[in-house]
Amino acid sequence: MEERNVEELERRFQEKIDNDIRIEPNDWMPDRYRETLIRQISQHAHSEIVGMLPEGNWITRAPNLRRKAVLLAKVQDEAGHGLYLYSATETLGADREETIDDLHSGKAKYSSIFNYPTLTWADMGAIGWLVDGAAIMNQVPLCRCSYGPYARAMVRICKEESFHQRQGFEIMTQLAQGTPQQKEMAQDALNRFWWPALMMFGPSDGDSKHTQQSMRWKIKRHTNDELRQQFVDVTVPQAELIGLTIPDEDLKWNEELGHYDFGPINWDEFWNVVAGNGPCNKDRIDTRRRAKEEGEWVREAANAYAEKRRMKKAS
Amino acid sequence: MAKKEWPLWEVFIRNKQGLSHKHVGSLRAADAEMAVENARDVYTRRSEGVSIWVVESNHIHASHPADADALFEPAHSKVYRHPTFYDVPDGIEHM
Repeated sequence: MEERNVEELERRFQEKIDNDIRIEPNDWMPDRYRETLIRQISQHAHSEIVGMLPEGNWITRAPNLRRKAVLLAKVQDEAGHGLYLYSATETLGADREETIDDLHSGKAKYSSIFNYPTLTWADMGAIGWLVDGAAIMNQVPLCRCSYGPYARAMVRICKEESFHQRQGFEIMTQLAQGTPQQKEMAQDALNRFWWPALMMFGPSDGDSKHTQQSMRWKIKRHTNDELRQQFVDVTVPQAELIGLTIPDEDLKWNEELGHYDFGPINWDEFWNVVAGNGPCNKDRIDTRRRAKEEGEWVREAANAYAEKRRMKKAS
Repeated sequence: MAKKEWPLWEVFIRNKQGLSHKHVGSLRAADAEMAVENARDVYTRRSEGVSIWVVESNHIHASHPADADALFEPAHSKVYRHPTFYDVPDGIEHM
């Protein structure tokens, strides 16, 4: 193969990105672009998979059959989303099993929101409304991400995700219009999930070490703070409409800027949960690890059966 | 026994009768039958398909991106293959 100049390849790569030409799996790409994508997409995949756990907690205790069917469908979607994303990491040369083991060893991260417990049924409402709402806000711009397989996976995910938010808001609306105890339950769930939902957008722009490069590569299209502001702006009126109160004394409409001002985020809490010290970090990882270990014999048996059938066919 | 990962499969879905199968993504499965079943669960949860093809990924032979120029350049210079290349006098219809 002819000797090529990496600088020249990088220049042509960036030119493609600047012209909004998508990068596909076998195209040349800088190692750091590949590494950044593997880190981000696998982190995203892990979040989908671990994200099943807080909601799975309530499937058997859903208040009626309709709610149960909806919650099951939602959790099944999250599994599907995890699979689309693991497949996307594989197109970059990542090994699926290693990727999953990195989650189990704590080397890879996932969204810190899933390290909070789901204490009441209203939490299913708050998660759908706020957590999926925040996720959608993050994910819609990713549909235009420069890496083709990730962008395509995000298109599918966003299409499916919109019912997730609506079903959550429906739960909150009904509880907010219910008995005083039900309304209190909805308010309590909002109180507990509001701030962690804002933290889902990640550190403030000044502290976000990947943002600048990711925006140059068009992996990311907006900064964390832009998306967080957008989320606050659309969510506050929704809470008002159903008569719930956002737990933030500093929240105030800023006429001049056309945005809501909101109070300071407790970043110590955020970094503490990211570091593994949230209320459920250990439980989540233990559960995932156990699922892998206890499913090992099934995967082996399926392999053995497939092998047996191949031999039979060959003979 | 050495641990063996299930092979990777590419999934193609026909949305409805009359359309061709289109690539939608990939998944892992122990054999073809399981790949079809998994593809049903992963890629057609909202009635996106009436038919599924699965192909083991290592059976796919692809052109190389670096060869794209040489491979596709010959077509670029042959604009006369398109109807818009030709002048049609005013007043001519049905052509």
